[in-house]
Order: sequence, then structure tokens, then C-alpha cells
Amino acid sequence: MNALAGKDAVRQSLASFRSEREADWKAFEALLARVEKRAPRTLSEDELLSLPLLYRSALSSLSVARATSLDNALVGYLEALCLRGYFYLYGARRSLRQRIGDFFLHDWPHAIRDLWRETLLSVVLTFVGFGAGYWLVTKDKGWYDAIIPPSLAGGRNPDASAEVLRQVLYDGADSNFLSGFAAYLFTHNVQVAILAFALGFAFAVPSVLLILMNGCLLGAMFQIYVAKGLGLELGGWLSIHGTTEMFAIALAGAAGMRIGTRIAFPGELTRMTAAADAGRVAATTMVGVTIMLLCAGLLEGIGRQVITSDVTRYAIGGFMLTLWICYFYLFRVVRHGDR
Amino acid sequence: MATARRAAVSTIRPLITPEGVDLRIKLADAGTRAAAFLLDFVIIIVTAIVITIVALFGLAGLQGEGAQPLFIVWIILIFFLRNAYFIVFEAGRRAATPGKRMLGIRVASRSGAGLSVDQVIARNLMREIEIFLPLSIILGRSEMGLADTLSTIFGLVWALLFALFPLFNRDRMRIGDLLAGTWVVEAPKLALVEDLSQRQNARAFRFTQAQLDAYGIAELHKLEEVLRRDDYFALKAVAETIGRKIGMTIEPVDSRAFLTAYYGELRAQLERKLLLGTRKADKYQR
Repeated sequence: MNALAGKDAVRQSLASFRSEREADWKAFEALLARVEKRAPRTLSEDELLSLPLLYRSALSSLSVARATSLDNALVGYLEALCLRGYFYLYGARRSLRQRIGDFFLHDWPHAIRDLWRETLLSVVLTFVGFGAGYWLVTKDKGWYDAIIPPSLAGGRNPDASAEVLRQVLYDGADSNFLSGFAAYLFTHNVQVAILAFALGFAFAVPSVLLILMNGCLLGAMFQIYVAKGLGLELGGWLSIHGTTEMFAIALAGAAGMRIGTRIAFPGELTRMTAAADAGRVAATTMVGVTIMLLCAGLLEGIGRQVITSDVTRYAIGGFMLTLWICYFYLFRVVRHGDR
Repeated sequence: MATARRAAVSTIRPLITPEGVDLRIKLADAGTRAAAFLLDFVIIIVTAIVITIVALFGLAGLQGEGAQPLFIVWIILIFFLRNAYFIVFEAGRRAATPGKRMLGIRVASRSGAGLSVDQVIARNLMREIEIFLPLSIILGRSEMGLADTLSTIFGLVWALLFALFPLFNRDRMRIGDLLAGTWVVEAPKLALVEDLSQRQNARAFRFTQAQLDAYGIAELHKLEEVLRRDDYFALKAVAETIGRKIGMTIEPVDSRAFLTAYYGELRAQLERKLLLGTRKADKYQR
């Protein structure tokens, strides 16, 4: 066979390769375009079943084209088509309802349990900060202004009278801007929590500082109230939402610490894998933290202003804390007791 | 040529499907990603401004009656715009924000498995320290009239450090990508275009074996590119060059027809060699 005839034969067979399979590729492309826009539910049963078949035929076309054809555009087209198909078919998505269910029943408490060591450390750090803040203000009133910026203190300072301090705790029931305030508090707190989480990237140092500072603030505030004999009342004022909010911020800090420590000390894994693992646990935790802060914002913005009885405030705060702890740490025992 | 090829190879990563085919995914380059982010940023800002204007008009219309629900809706919408925009779009079926979609890129899991929601959340929460925090430091400073140079410089250095992070690693990963185990890959939607070797020519050209042996696959692909672009001057220049090399004189009007014919013959020749087991990569290979 001479070279000329051979060339024509090759050209013929490659042309028929394309013309014979082109219809399948087009069908696959059209189906992909549909499922990428709308839910797979809108496909008929036949179309749904043909999807993986068309994908495999496109993949095999790609292999043949790579080995035999020098048409760059054709190979490029098939590569892009197969990649789209691969991402769609192996993307293994579950329905939204299923994902939400899984998050509340499994992922969220699991992530928090996974972070127990960091959470414990975070809580301890809050108390250390609290002690430090309290002690500093006891020693020297000047520390109060250094710890709490005057704009945040809103007239509550070591020289304020007991009357003024008490007023802050029980006033505000007449405000009609409550739910707006709650929404503002929620968004503000979430930004702070995201910051505590994201800053963990710098080997956890900023997260630790943020948690310490948070405790410090609390300690300083408590000192001036205790000095006026209003410690118990401030406890009620804070605990109605504070148990949820402080817990959430401690968790956000814990998530940040997890990231920082895993990057610094990846253990047996590579640094990349360790970072990716930590990032996923921390991200799940952060979604949970957002939900907790939403609860805290509602309690703070509405509950605290409406409920002025100390006992009720403590009861609600205690109830919320018990609820979270049971959900995170005991829920598993109930559900997966025998596993 | 050689450096260009090396650069192209270095952004290609293997992705072996369970069927055993390597899909050779291509990582999106830094410029494309920056452009995609800017597009998204513009979309966010414009939406925020529109929401605020509508809210202000609502406020004026309501005369303070329903101000509070309006305020709540506004603050929640802005919050979602800032935090959920990227997450919602990237967790969707196409794993890309509108900006990424326009530029034909998407987020994918580095392991090759499906992209999960926690990965999307992790990569986007880090945006907070990459973009929004330094931005708010700078804005906050200038707003309060306290634009002291040191903190502004600090903010800028920080922003640059994180913004340029993708340039310092092989896989073009942001810090968020690093923590989520993701990367951003090219996923263009390409249309199937005509097969150039099936074009019919009015004038037939004949080539000898020696003339067809002058070039290899690399040159064939370049020629394909030129033919598909169909630019008169490029065609003329390429036709002259090839004509000189293979010893043919080509009239400028004929260059398109000549190149099409030469492309068809050269491809058939190289494809035949390919079937017989020799891959002539470029013109230097014998």
C-alpha cells in the first residue's frame, strides 16, 4: 500500500469516527446543560439512565481521539465535555433537606466533639482572661479604661454610682428598636467570630489573644459591678444570652486554634492534608457558631430587655447552656449508643 | 517556544477518573482568578448599593412607620451578601460564582472527589482575613479621619501578602483553598467546531513526501490555530513561511486555500505515522 492511499484511508476513518459519535457527544452536552441548570428531577427516567452511558462513551471517544487524532479543537472539546461530566456525575450531591438533616443530626455535634480539647483550652483561656481583668481593675481603676474603650462602656465606669449601673441592667424595656438591635448584634457577633476563626491561621496566636481579651473585658466589667454589690445582678444580665454567646465565641476560637496548631504541627499527615482536614472541621463548627450567635442575638436583643427578673434570666441562661452541652456531648450517646 | 511549553505543562494536573482516563485538568491562572473576583466584587457592591437605595426610598415612603422591619431586612441582606454570596454559588451545581462562570473557571476538590459544603465554607470564610479585614481597616481609618500612615501601610502589606499568596505556590492556592483542600480549575464550555481537514478546496494542491516531512505535530497545531483565527495577514505570513520552507511560491490570494490543503495533507500524514507508532512531536524530530 502506498503512502498516499494510506493517508486517505486514515483521513476517512477519522472522519467517520467523528461523524458516528458526534450525535452522542451533542446529546451528552445538551443533557449536562439541563442538569446543571435545573434539578435532575426534571429529567425523564430514560434520560437519567443514559447520562452515565453517554459519559462513558464520551470518555472512550476522548481516549481514541487522543491516541489517533491530531485535531486539537476536537480533543479540547472532548476534554472539556468529559471534565464537565466527571464533575457532575462524581460530584455526588445529596438533596438540600438531606444535607441539612445530616448537619444537625451528625456533622455539627461531631465537629464540636472533635474540637473538645481546643474548646476546653478556649474556655480555660476565657477564665484566665476574666481573672486577669478582674484582678487588674481591683489593683488600679485606671486599667478599666485601658481594657474597655469608653465608647463601648456607655457610662459604666468605676466612678459611676450604683444607681446608674443598675439602670443599665434593668432598663430598655421601653425600647421599640429591640429586634433591629438583635439583628445588628447578631451580624456584629458573627463577624467577630469569623475573625477569631480566620485569624487562627497565624499559628493560633491571634485567636488565643482574642479569647483572652474577651475574658479580660468581662472580668473588668464584673469588677466594677461587684465593687458596688451588683455582681449577682450583672451575672443575670449577662447569662441570659452570654452562656450561648460566650460558648459560641469560645468554639470559634477553638476552631481557629485547631487550624493554627494543625498547620504548625501536622503530625503524621502532610501539612497540606492536615490543614485541609482542620479547615473542614472548623468550617462545620463555624456554621454551628453562626446558628448559636443567632440564638444569642435574639436572647440579647429581645429576651434581656423584656425579662427583668434575675431568677428568670439565670434560669434561661442555665437552660441554654445545658441544652447546648447535652446536644453537643450527650446527643451521640442517645442516638448512636450501641454503635 | 520551549519556555512557553514548560509553563503550559506546569499548570496541568492529572485527574484520573475511576474509568482510568486522565482528564488533565488545567489550573486557572492568577490573572483569571483576580478578574473573576473583581467581577464578583463589583456585583456585590452594586447589589448592596441597590438594596440600600431601595431601603432609603422605603424609609422615606414609610415616614418612620415601618422603619424597624426595614432596618432588619436591610442589615440581614447586607450580611448575607457579604458572607453567603460566595458560599451559596460555589455550593451550587456549577461550583462557581457568576464571576467565575463568566470566565469559565470553577472550584474543585484537590482529591478529585465531589466538592462538599464544608470545603466551600472553609475556603470562603478565610476571605474575611484575606480581603474584608484589611479593607475595613483602611476604610475605617480614613473614615474616622485618623488615616495614620502606619496602620494604612500595615493594612496594605497584609492585603498584598494574602492577595499574592497564590503566586507563591505551585497550585495557585489561596489560603482558603489551602485550608479547604480545594483548587480552582478551568472548566470552559467549548463548542464542537468544524474539522478543518474536511474543507473542500476549489484549487487542488499537490505535495511531495519530502514537503510533508518538513513539519511535526507542534507546527500542525499552530497552523490549526492560525486557520481557525482566519486573519488575512497572519494567513499570508504563515503561507509565505511555509512556502519558503517547502519550496513553493504562493500567491497572497491563495494563502488560505494553500494552508487548508497543506494542513489536511500534513495531518493525514502525521496521523498515519501516529497509527504506525511514531509520534513526530515537532519539525526537529526525524
